[in-house]
Amino acid sequence: MSVLRSEALPLKSTADIVNMRQAVRRYAVEAGFSLVDQTKLVTAASEVARNTIVYGLGGSAKLELLNNDTRKGVHIVFEDSGPGIADITLAMKDGYTTGTGLGLGLGGAKRLVNEFRIESRPGEGTRVELTRWK
Amino acid sequence: MTSPQFSKISALFDSHEDAILADWLQAQSRSGIFRSGAPRQADLKQQSATLLRSLRDALRGGSADIASPEWAGVRGNLEDMSRANAQLGASPTETASSIFSLKQPVFSRLVEQFKGDPEELSTQMGNLTTLLDKLGLYTVEMHQKSREAIIVRQQQEMMELSTPVVELWKGILAVPLIGTLDSQRTQVVMENLLQKIADTGAPIAIVDITGVPTVDTLVAQHLLKTISAARLMGADCIVSGIRPQIAQTIVHLGVALGDVLTKATLADAFGIALKRMGLTICKSQ
Amino acid sequence: MEKIPILKIDAFLLVTIQVDMNDSLAMELQEDLSDRIVKTGANGVLIEISALEIIDSFIGRMLGNITAIARLLGADTVVVGMRPAVAITLVELGLPLAGIRTALNVERGLELLGASKAGEADDERSPV
Repeated sequence: MSVLRSEALPLKSTADIVNMRQAVRRYAVEAGFSLVDQTKLVTAASEVARNTIVYGLGGSAKLELLNNDTRKGVHIVFEDSGPGIADITLAMKDGYTTGTGLGLGLGGAKRLVNEFRIESRPGEGTRVELTRWK
Repeated sequence: MTSPQFSKISALFDSHEDAILADWLQAQSRSGIFRSGAPRQADLKQQSATLLRSLRDALRGGSADIASPEWAGVRGNLEDMSRANAQLGASPTETASSIFSLKQPVFSRLVEQFKGDPEELSTQMGNLTTLLDKLGLYTVEMHQKSREAIIVRQQQEMMELSTPVVELWKGILAVPLIGTLDSQRTQVVMENLLQKIADTGAPIAIVDITGVPTVDTLVAQHLLKTISAARLMGADCIVSGIRPQIAQTIVHLGVALGDVLTKATLADAFGIALKRMGLTICKSQ
Repeated sequence: MEKIPILKIDAFLLVTIQVDMNDSLAMELQEDLSDRIVKTGANGVLIEISALEIIDSFIGRMLGNITAIARLLGADTVVVGMRPAVAITLVELGLPLAGIRTALNVERGLELLGASKAGEADDERSPV
């Protein structure tokens, strides 16, 4: 498997979300995704990015265009050094909010991609990986 | 640095490239390898020369593994060769055979070089054979892959053709689903339906499953998702043609149809749709 | 930063969202719209989203907020023109967009708004 292209994007404020969405869209198009699959990936990325910024207090996203012989894919890693998530299972439940009225949207994002990984510990920040294949 | 396995063969290619190419071309044409679909002489020469060049370069590199990045050029050439020959109607055997026919020209030179050392000769011939066998088999695999790609594309086209979305009346669409539905096909149909709804602005879509013998959980869920999506857009769906067996399956699977309107026949569904649009059918005088 | 245009059509307001909205634009829209509803006395709002390529939970909430605010100000809201890919994604995402009425296009949206106004008029007519 090889990485055809990659770029890193800052996620400092919500103004960065639009930029990131557009970058993800470009990668999805290049990977040859159908319109529906593009939309799913960009939406998932938007959800996680918002989390990273609002809940994670800012971080970054790394985009990668992958090629594994038979097909292309897009891989995105979101990282922040925010408060971390104490109970990940709970956070992944639909409709879960942190009390500030912000739905974490992670469960939904997971449904929109092929591979989803999350690592988080209180006080140690959060790392979320999304991968979608053609 | 060349890998030890191929160092002597690599040297041979370096010094005798043109001669080997000439012999190889002769071997390919002579043997009548290409019975079903032969490339033109000029194309054959181009193909073979390019491959030989890449082969020479790859042999100079340090890897003996044809899957490694250093062999990407060779793999690329083999893929092109496979594809081009496939389009001409050549069989995978024919393409592979033309790779195998490179053995003889190199063998004869190896014999010349290692005449006095049978053990070395045998090792070198073994190495070459292993290499060319792998490359030949790679072309067979590539041929296979391109066939599969064609089949997948044809299936796609068939799927789109076999479930057209029809406009029964202004504002009323219908999708008559026929045959067994698999997850992929259902998705394609549903995306088509939603697009048609957007294009025509039709607020009612009838999904008729009279022609569907069985429904599994995945398909039922896709249907439900489609209906939800249609509603989000501002349209609504009626499912018609649910046969007794399917009704039982749906209940047993525990799939909740919720408030989705269902009717036994497409005709009934059409009647409801007309009513919702505020239309009635009357006899003309 | 471009503002999102709000047009007046009879007693209704038409909002056409054509850009990928960021947070500040969304907040501005809510404020502008609330002002316009009161100023014009509009009793219906159409939000046209046929150019919207993405609806995530933030935009979903924004649409919900606008609908609720408009309701408090005496106007009904209908969201029109949702793209199929967006609808499919929303279903998968699990965002129900509860309480938000939708229509396929502006024409049908106006019908819906007109119909609900007529319905309300009926309700208000009390039996003697």
